Amino acid sequence: MDTSVLPVAEPETSEIVLSARNVAKVFGSIQALKGVNFDVRRGQVTALFGENGAGKSTLMKILSGVYKPTSGTILLDGEPIEFDSSTDARNQGISIIHQELSLAPNMTVRDNIFMGREIRTMKGVDFAEEERQCRLLLTELEENIDPRTKVEELRLGQQQIVEIARALSVNSRILIMDEPTSALSASEVEVLFKVIRDLKAKGVSIVYISHHLEEALQITDHAVVLRDGNMTAYAPRADIDLEWIVRHMVGEHFNLGSPPTGYPLGNVVLKVDEVTVVDSTGNQKLVDELSLDVRAGEIVCIYGLMGAGRTELLECLAGRLVARHGKVELNGRDITRTSIAERIAEGLVLVPEDRQRDGLVQTMTIGQNLSLANLRRLVRGLFTSKRLERDHIDNAIRRTTVKAGSPDHLIGSLSGGNQQKVVIGKMWSTNPKAILLDEPSRGIDIGAKAEVFRLLAEGAREGLAVLYTTSEVGECLSVAHRIIVMHKGKISAEFGSDVTKARIMAASGEAVVH
Amino acid sequence: MSSTDVSKMNTTAAKPKINIAGILIEGRAFGALLVIIIFFSLMSPNYLTVSNLLIMSSHVAIYGILAIGMLLVILTGGIDLSVGSVLGLAGIIAGFLMQGVTFNAFGVILYPPVWAVTVMTLAFGAFLGSITGVLVAYLRVPSFVATLGILYVARGIALLITNGLTYNNLGGNETYGNTGFDWLGFNRLFGIPVSVIILALLAAIFGIILARSAFGRWIYATGGNQRAAELSGVPVPFVHICVYALSGMLSSIAGLVLSSQLTSAGPTAGFTYEMIAIAAVVIGGASLSGGRGNVRGTMLGAFVIGFLSDGLVIIGVSAYWQTVFTGAVIVLAVLLNSLQYGGKRL
Repeated sequence: MDTSVLPVAEPETSEIVLSARNVAKVFGSIQALKGVNFDVRRGQVTALFGENGAGKSTLMKILSGVYKPTSGTILLDGEPIEFDSSTDARNQGISIIHQELSLAPNMTVRDNIFMGREIRTMKGVDFAEEERQCRLLLTELEENIDPRTKVEELRLGQQQIVEIARALSVNSRILIMDEPTSALSASEVEVLFKVIRDLKAKGVSIVYISHHLEEALQITDHAVVLRDGNMTAYAPRADIDLEWIVRHMVGEHFNLGSPPTGYPLGNVVLKVDEVTVVDSTGNQKLVDELSLDVRAGEIVCIYGLMGAGRTELLECLAGRLVARHGKVELNGRDITRTSIAERIAEGLVLVPEDRQRDGLVQTMTIGQNLSLANLRRLVRGLFTSKRLERDHIDNAIRRTTVKAGSPDHLIGSLSGGNQQKVVIGKMWSTNPKAILLDEPSRGIDIGAKAEVFRLLAEGAREGLAVLYTTSEVGECLSVAHRIIVMHKGKISAEFGSDVTKARIMAASGEAVVH
Repeated sequence: MSSTDVSKMNTTAAKPKINIAGILIEGRAFGALLVIIIFFSLMSPNYLTVSNLLIMSSHVAIYGILAIGMLLVILTGGIDLSVGSVLGLAGIIAGFLMQGVTFNAFGVILYPPVWAVTVMTLAFGAFLGSITGVLVAYLRVPSFVATLGILYVARGIALLITNGLTYNNLGGNETYGNTGFDWLGFNRLFGIPVSVIILALLAAIFGIILARSAFGRWIYATGGNQRAAELSGVPVPFVHICVYALSGMLSSIAGLVLSSQLTSAGPTAGFTYEMIAIAAVVIGGASLSGGRGNVRGTMLGAFVIGFLSDGLVIIGVSAYWQTVFTGAVIVLAVLLNSLQYGGKRL
């Protein structure tokens, strides 16, 4: 690591109002933060950069009282402080706009903004006063929303504005914005930036997290980069550029492998023909007439930001979502109308994005999870054969190098990386022809990442067609032969493995490169 | 390793560590049963006799059979509130068939033999259950609501068929060739009541299905994480329909046993039995959120409830107090369950 970029005594530009000293956070066996120092300065914007799983959100949740740190201290105005809850932090003047919207969709904009701190009078809640303040806030945000509209009737961008209005309404001294612009249009982002500048002028400090690097650079005064739970770089805005951020975010020295070579690619295994997927309301196209094919032995990477439609595409290919129209073929056979189980039997499997929600059965053991997708083939007579199942589990563990004490331990006893290997191993052991992996590296440490990619390369060498998605540009340039960039449900660019990070990011709408 | 890691369900391998707290929590239903038996034996000399144990067991048989079906449903993360009503309706259907079915068009009255009555009653229970299954699996109706509906519908049908009255003569008639209905409830094989043997057989069959078959694993996976199960190719809708159909069928078996024991079938039979079945499953260590539990525990739970309430009767405690005690045991069981499973969340 380059020591010159570590936080050193920086010439005082403004006084520090909130700081984290050597803060660490452990979830089970996963160390999300490994001793981080972080400063927030009065009336300035500090941008926090880092890939998914770098620990940004965890750090912000600690600063806003949602989590308690495992070790380390938080200083507010130089005094050590412990927050009992997010309400406690809010009372101290720290509020947060969460990445995931935390609004009650069944309630009105007004009720959401004043949730938990209703203006109470002798005659009950003073709705008129709430409404007046609400209108004021929304006018400031240049958003023409009636405070009595239900949140579920707003589009996502407007909901985000409501979320921002709620954070503004408490007159915080420190405002944490976790991906505030992910659903906003360009003009809405402009308004938000104007509001941020106004807030700065009033002395409010802002912590700003965004995947849109260029956007964040426009507004920030300081940049801090996190990687794998460590703080890797700190600098004032004047000293940095896009390239500096990417370099520190991704890291230069870690090798996630290279595309496997030395064998001919086979026939097209997976063929996707003008597939369209719509959201639950049926109005918005999440995947828009997308076509692609993957050949035997080929590894294809789909890069895109949140909401680009990657997950929906893979879930449609695996049979969970129904395609509005279009066709999916596996080895020349039309499988568009088949069930998930039939697709698995045909040889098309999905390793889902969210392991906890979609990948693992937490009540079952490691072994039971590994054999779940393959039980039909382990049945002899009426029952599953214990010996066959044991062999199957042992094979899967050896193949995916899961580090487990015993396959009879509960799945929760494994680290994130090993849990991910179990999910991969479970699907892999069905002997698929094509494997889809949605963000296979999400929330696992860098060593486990490298092993996952090594597995993919091995599989491809044996003739497997591999299609994986990522939102981390460094992972596109690892084992993939081809990189497809998705933007708003469509393929916006396609590259070979010799492309640069900057060009990929440009195609995704993330950063404009000159 | 925390103490919760030791308490694994149905794994066959040796446990990595002996943990006394873990064993106490694991074996709580067994411990409770021992305490109940010892306590009542000290209170009454009549409690721990072979004849009394067999009588109590034949009472437990009803709850136990219902509880097996309830366990299957609870393992998938659902609940079946209809078991008591389906039990009652099954008795009525059997009674109705035993009275003879009149075909006005032909001017004949058909008296189906007992085996045919049994088959038709079981099929009817399975059919009612599969309606719930379809509602839950395909129409995404919460099981609580779907089975609540079936609870009322089944009870209502039972009242409609009987007009609120009771079928009294289920003994059959020699001349019609439909005798033998009381065999289930009254006869003994090798000195053991038939109903207890039926319970033991069902417990063994479903115990093996849950522990050893792919279908059993699918039930656990569906309850443990339905989304993950689906993506692993588990036919989740099929599993749902099957467990509710099986629960309906088992309720019918319990209904036949009960009406055979009473040699009568009333439309209100089995009233609130669903609560007893749920209690047995919970006392047996199953998690109401699904994925955890087994037949062995559920059987212990059924025996705890049955032996407790019969014991209270024997030592002459009022029926009102019985209700209070049963409630206390259930609360205690749920408390221990949350101790066992509570620490697993992040």
